[in-house]
Amino acid sequence: MSDKRVGIDDMVGELRPGMTVGFGGWGSRRKPMAAVRAIVRAGIGDLTVVSYGGPDVGLLCAAGLVRKVVFGFVTLDSIALDPHFRAARQSGRIEAMEVDEGMFYLGLLAAAQRVPFLPTRAGLGSDVLRVNPDLRTVVSPYGDGEELVAMPALELDAAFVHCNRADHHGNGQFLGPDPFFDELFLGAARRRFVTAEQVVAPGRLLDEGPIQTVLVHRLQTDAVAEVPGGAHFTSCPPDYGRDEAFQRAYAKAAADPDTWRAFAERYLQVEETEYRKAVSAGVPAS
Amino acid sequence: MSEVTRAEVCAVACAEAFRGDGEILASPFGTIPSIGARLARLTFEPDLVLTDGEAALMANTPAVTADHGDLVREAWLPYRRVFDVVWSGRRHVMMMASQLDRFGNQNISCIGDWRMPKAQLIGVRGSPGNTANHTTSYWIPGHTPRAIVGAVDMVSGIGYDRAASAPAAARFHEVRRVITNLAVLDFDTPDHALRLRSVHPGVSVDEVVAATGCELVVPPDVPVSREPTADELELIREVLDPTGARQGELPE
Repeated sequence: MSDKRVGIDDMVGELRPGMTVGFGGWGSRRKPMAAVRAIVRAGIGDLTVVSYGGPDVGLLCAAGLVRKVVFGFVTLDSIALDPHFRAARQSGRIEAMEVDEGMFYLGLLAAAQRVPFLPTRAGLGSDVLRVNPDLRTVVSPYGDGEELVAMPALELDAAFVHCNRADHHGNGQFLGPDPFFDELFLGAARRRFVTAEQVVAPGRLLDEGPIQTVLVHRLQTDAVAEVPGGAHFTSCPPDYGRDEAFQRAYAKAAADPDTWRAFAERYLQVEETEYRKAVSAGVPAS
Repeated sequence: MSEVTRAEVCAVACAEAFRGDGEILASPFGTIPSIGARLARLTFEPDLVLTDGEAALMANTPAVTADHGDLVREAWLPYRRVFDVVWSGRRHVMMMASQLDRFGNQNISCIGDWRMPKAQLIGVRGSPGNTANHTTSYWIPGHTPRAIVGAVDMVSGIGYDRAASAPAAARFHEVRRVITNLAVLDFDTPDHALRLRSVHPGVSVDEVVAATGCELVVPPDVPVSREPTADELELIREVLDPTGARQGELPE
């Protein structure tokens, strides 16, 4: 069996400008932030970002690497709105595809199942159809004749998800309460990247939790990287909670270009190991 | 017991919105709706299903400020499976609204032109799917002409006119109740236009009309929203919100 272990920069090295990239997690919860930071370091831009949006979206927007965001919401949970994403939207710098959360789910599912669309009531009558003129409806071929939204497959060039644990072969384990939609992001993507707090030897995942927690299997994974703190500053239970002080500093960095520059210099223009050192040194008082 | 507060009247009005729902998932957003849903479960709707706010259904009915350690979980409901419930229709969501119009269209997406909004808000979230699939109510703690408007900037949750334009959306559509800091509103009119159902104690009909930015149907006799019973008041004050979080959401 192949050993799929690589470094995070190897994963990001496969990305090209203009790609469509999906990120697992939800809001400011278990986001593959180390991957996001690696993308920022590499400066890969013109991206279409597909996400149940949190600071992954905001950070990439602030770094100027986003052409378009596909989203149903963007939130930091304990801070309702991400100021970096807001600034990008309000300045008209980025394109947007805004859909219902359930439509988003079906778009990933359609891509994972290799069908062009899946039907749903979600979106009917709403302005989601007005602002996305490419969205189409479909009439049921059965007797009911209902006209439903045909949510198109959200096909991804690459997807990143962050697990609590993974093994050398790319099986991935969620030890927290919610796996979110991570498996679907992997299913929808051409290249599938799993980062984990810890990568263990094959067979050892069951020392960590029951078989039902190993929701990502190796058919869904191309490469795996061990990145402790890989979800920081978002939450990654039971390994760690959200770093609220850091998140506040991140949000405040949207205040003006100088504040952002200082934040980026300290936390983004450095390797992941330096990032961890800067984080453990504490957020500077503002 | 001290005088009943507006927040307590609102909590009871939120509870009343769930009356008759039986065994469905009640999904309240906000502190006062959460108190309301729990109050309904502890009194007249014992079969209501509630989440722990994370990824589980909650068997007990503790205070809205209870630590996670005080919650008793009865089943797993991660986000992905919430959609199974939404699409099955066995849910009544009580959402907030940055804007709400005369036919119950809700906006939580953005203010201004969607292409380059004046203010980006959270996004449409699950509002389009919720409103097309199951009962929806709204909680608007700041009833002003900027919140209840002639037309919303981005229809997220669909109202009656939009539902009527798409039969497959109308099939399971119901916007039942709008609870605000001033009044209870509904759509029980022939064309499902917004109607004043009751005013909270101490609020005049004129005040509500002045605070509403769209046409409002005002019946000849507008009742006063009911006050909590002694039992309900005790549940709110001693069990569900002993620290007074409700006053933080709706100061007197």
